[in-house]
Amino acid sequence: MTTTVPETTRAIVAPGAPRATTRRMPLAFGIPYWVFTGALALIFLYPLIWTAVSSVSPLAGTSQTDGWGFGNYAALTKYQAGIWVYLWNSTVVSVLTVVLTLAISLLGGYAFARFSFPGKNALFLLTLAILMVPYATLLIPLYVILNAVGLQNSLVGVALVITMFQLPFSMFMMRISFESIPKELDEAAMVDGCSSWGALWRVLLHAVKPGLVTVGLFAFLTAWNDFMAPLILINDSNRMTLPLAVANLRGQVQGVVDYGATEAGVVVLALPCILLFLILQRHYVRGFMSGAFKG
Amino acid sequence: MDRHDTHRIRARAHGDPHRTATTPRLRRPRPGLALRRADRDLRRLPFHRPAAARLPDVGLGLAAAGGNQGINFPQNYQDAVTHRLFWDSIRFTLLYTVITTVILIALGLGLALFVQESTRWKGFLRTAFLVPSALGLASASLLFYVLYSPIAGPFADLMKSWGITFLGTPTGALWSTIFLIVWRYAGFYMLLMLVGLQGIPEDVYEAARIDGASRWQTFRDITVPLLRPTFALTTIMCVTGSLLAFEQFYILTKGGPDNSTMTIVQLIYNVAFQGQNDLGVAGALSVIVLLALIVINVFQLRAFGRSDES
Repeated sequence: MTTTVPETTRAIVAPGAPRATTRRMPLAFGIPYWVFTGALALIFLYPLIWTAVSSVSPLAGTSQTDGWGFGNYAALTKYQAGIWVYLWNSTVVSVLTVVLTLAISLLGGYAFARFSFPGKNALFLLTLAILMVPYATLLIPLYVILNAVGLQNSLVGVALVITMFQLPFSMFMMRISFESIPKELDEAAMVDGCSSWGALWRVLLHAVKPGLVTVGLFAFLTAWNDFMAPLILINDSNRMTLPLAVANLRGQVQGVVDYGATEAGVVVLALPCILLFLILQRHYVRGFMSGAFKG
Repeated sequence: MDRHDTHRIRARAHGDPHRTATTPRLRRPRPGLALRRADRDLRRLPFHRPAAARLPDVGLGLAAAGGNQGINFPQNYQDAVTHRLFWDSIRFTLLYTVITTVILIALGLGLALFVQESTRWKGFLRTAFLVPSALGLASASLLFYVLYSPIAGPFADLMKSWGITFLGTPTGALWSTIFLIVWRYAGFYMLLMLVGLQGIPEDVYEAARIDGASRWQTFRDITVPLLRPTFALTTIMCVTGSLLAFEQFYILTKGGPDNSTMTIVQLIYNVAFQGQNDLGVAGALSVIVLLALIVINVFQLRAFGRSDES
């Protein structure tokens, strides 16, 4: 695991001159350094490792299992609608968000990068302005508006809300992706008889693929992990998403928390994110670096 | 306006039998039908007086929740400011923001300096520090909820024999939450700091080395001043994010013990959806927070901008 992954980080974090930094601020080497940074790494990894291990072990105090095994995961299927329903709901929200975000930001980025139309800059600034308005202060208006259009308590409503907050970053990213492609490329495609649609589908789509992966990855992570939108908009237990359902495990029986099942739920929640992070680390880092990520 | 309207709107959403024929029914679309219904509702919206009329009210702090469309302009704001937890939550949110911002920026820079050079071991460290940021904030909070538990957590025995709880006291709850946030975000701020460090030209260091500057002098007189834009970005992000803290407290403490960890967003949530169910006052609180954020961000930008010129 550790042999290939760091290479990708290095390539991004130090693009061009990875070796130049070596002489910049040489901090102390030697055994104290290794021990100290090793301990730091352990502190960062320990909560994850402990949760993963104890979710299948007999350690987890109040869980329903006595020995090693997947009893905690089995317990998850028994709470309310069961984890499969919540997994499905989370998948629906994530897929809808990713598809909507990709479609809108692909076409929007293309339009902003290649066409000129009245109000173009104002419109782009307006899109970026969504970044300035924090999610939490829009809670109440969002609740009321989605209520008014009948999208309260619906997964589509949740996906639309998350998509809206993903769009500034995604549009920005796609506009940059398109602008980094030489204009001659789509001009050549059009000379060969492509419409602007044809140029987009046949030629440009391939060229902006890295940007699309970044945008899709962030849209997925946001949608999969989002807690606030479902918390406010969903009140039907059959339509809750996974984070909400796992958080609700705490209130099941008065005063009793199934910590084992909660751990299993955290693992189910975290596993896709960590796997995607390790596979697409380069894109993840690039997304952070474009500075449009909401902290 | 009638305070109980908010109860009605939520009751209606759950199929309250007392709903009258004239009240617009709030549908609960099934996923398969939702898109079609959304389309229909959107087209009908301009003619749908009771629902559409509510939309502009919220931002003005008027009656947000259906029923009487009376103007509650001064009243909602008065109720918001005189809420018994209003000033406490502001004080706590500010305290939390200052502590997390200081820790995250210092730690982010420290970690960045540790892993700056490119070796295999440092690549591994970078990955280790970054992995927590792949988790959602809610997942991370749930993870620490189990970790901090006095029954199942790895420190359960220790807690029992020392007689301490992580989340049971106001101070413990504050610092436990801060530890979670630092764990979740330190790698993220490390990454932003690394980007900033990359932007410092190599020949500045070269010149310092020729002049015989010590490592500490180089750090104090070159790295820190030249990182100012990065400090500006990270501070603004961290302050904004911390002022709007919600999930971590909602999952770990619910604002407790004894309302000691009530952040302003948790208060908005409670006013809107728990107990009081008052969307109007919650809307007023949201507007106050939004205005405060704008003021704080303008102030920060000014501060960083001015020191840039000098």
